[in-house]
Amino acid sequence: MLSASERERIERAIAVAGDRRSAVSEVLMVVQEARGWVSDQSLADVAEALAMSADEVEGVATFFELVFRRSVGKHVILVCDSVSCWITGYEALLGQLRSRLGIGPGETTADGMFTILPAGCLGACDKAPAMMVDEELFVGVGSEELDRILKWVRDGRHGDAPHR
Amino acid sequence: MATPLTARIRSDGVAVDLASYEASGGYQGLRAALAMGSAGVREAVTQAKLRGRGGAGFNTGLKWSFVPIEDGAQHYVVANADEKEPGTMKDRLLMEGDPHSLIEGLAITALAIKASVGFIFLRREYSKCALALERALGEARAKGYLGEAILGSDFSLEIHLHLSAGRYMCGEETGLLNALEGKRATPRSKPPFPQVSGLWGKPTIVNNVETLVNVPVILRDGSEAFKALSLTGDGGTKLYGVSGRVRNPGVWELPLGTSAREIMERAGGMAEGLSLRGFIPGGASTDFLGGDKLDVKMDFDSVAQAGSRLGTGTMVVLDDRTCPVGMVLSLERFFARESCGWCTPCREGLPWVVRCLEALESGSGEMGDIETLEELSRRLSPGSTFCAFAPGAVEPLQSALKLFRSDFEDHVRKGACPWK
Repeated sequence: MLSASERERIERAIAVAGDRRSAVSEVLMVVQEARGWVSDQSLADVAEALAMSADEVEGVATFFELVFRRSVGKHVILVCDSVSCWITGYEALLGQLRSRLGIGPGETTADGMFTILPAGCLGACDKAPAMMVDEELFVGVGSEELDRILKWVRDGRHGDAPHR
Repeated sequence: MATPLTARIRSDGVAVDLASYEASGGYQGLRAALAMGSAGVREAVTQAKLRGRGGAGFNTGLKWSFVPIEDGAQHYVVANADEKEPGTMKDRLLMEGDPHSLIEGLAITALAIKASVGFIFLRREYSKCALALERALGEARAKGYLGEAILGSDFSLEIHLHLSAGRYMCGEETGLLNALEGKRATPRSKPPFPQVSGLWGKPTIVNNVETLVNVPVILRDGSEAFKALSLTGDGGTKLYGVSGRVRNPGVWELPLGTSAREIMERAGGMAEGLSLRGFIPGGASTDFLGGDKLDVKMDFDSVAQAGSRLGTGTMVVLDDRTCPVGMVLSLERFFARESCGWCTPCREGLPWVVRCLEALESGSGEMGDIETLEELSRRLSPGSTFCAFAPGAVEPLQSALKLFRSDFEDHVRKGACPWK
């Protein structure tokens, strides 16, 4: 069941989008921000709130890369694997992530802390290799920067973000 | 050298606020447009010979002219801020640094085509752009540049910021419109074009961010001054970029028609010990040009004559220690993953391309795979798919097969990637 605060944010999203259906991707993100991902039950709740069929909502949910239909870790790491990052060190960065976290793309750490997902171009090609942790972009990520970033996230993001 | 699009952008990364924007000529273009009226604005932009900066290079004034201006229906303007073309990082710079220039460009465009509602379709990953734009929209509303009766005129406009949940296909304008309507971002058939039947079936103009930020410059300085910014018959400056293994990757605003060599000089040349083998001139969906093509002028017509496309104007450089097959595989993996699946050739063809390239790169490929790749390049060419996605996807493939043929064959002969 949707919470009161989710319902309130959904109504606001509908007002901005102009009609209920047009708000669907934003509404899915509202639910995801509150719950971490979009479960079958959440999907059905969204469908009801927007007067759409669950199939229609599923069509949209599965189309967009940032809507997660499976549970993810507390923090999602998007690693850019597109061309400029590939040339300048994507594979090394992914290798470092594997060795630090013991997981690869599409996997979640056993403690539920991190999920790694592949990402298409993050638009930071001149500062490659790039990755995002949740909403934060990190560029020029080498081995030492990666350690600082992971520690900063694990410690609850206290202080300024390292090396953005 | 005049840099009207980037002159205001601060080096500390803080977005220009409304007061600084106004103090440096901001919203003067909108004031001029209000004085000139809808038809006058359209004429000025057409005269300025501004061509779309999103990749297709269509004349902006001409695109606007297809809107049935006086039909009395609701019209919409949309900023395509879904920048996701691999190798492209120019619109991010504009929105993070100078968000009001996009708002002013959208407002003038809305005035030109008599729209009263606008959207900025922004990819959600650009969170810093979203913050800058939210704040700028608030400032513009408070100061009367948006809302009812703008600056005391009879022109009204509201702009909504839409954060997309992520898919390259949303950068195609009809896919974008479907996404705004709450649907999967599959393409629509054209005609009807969005200028006649776009968002919710109403006349709609979708323009790229860089295109839109040029519009206030035209209105403020005049069409002739705008044309004089360029080294070619088309008007304006261009945001050029270089990424890959160069000394100083980045984005620079230079006159349209600057040569690839001069842009590479901005990037400090190749990184230590490397030499240039080739480059894709304007993002992932453009044909490779060889390293001997650096004197090509980076404008729409010159790059086309050289056998590629200007695209987004952001070059990705292939050096002599990076495997061309690996680079093409990276490009094609992106396209195969992003294909929306709407039409069969693209949905089935691109994963096939990836499988052939993976076989070659891993050393299990055969000469026949190279022929299959050539065949697929032909089968995914313009006219054989529903939209421009797959034809764009095979541009770097078909050109790499010609330019770097021996590298592909070496993978087969050696049974391994020679670069590993």
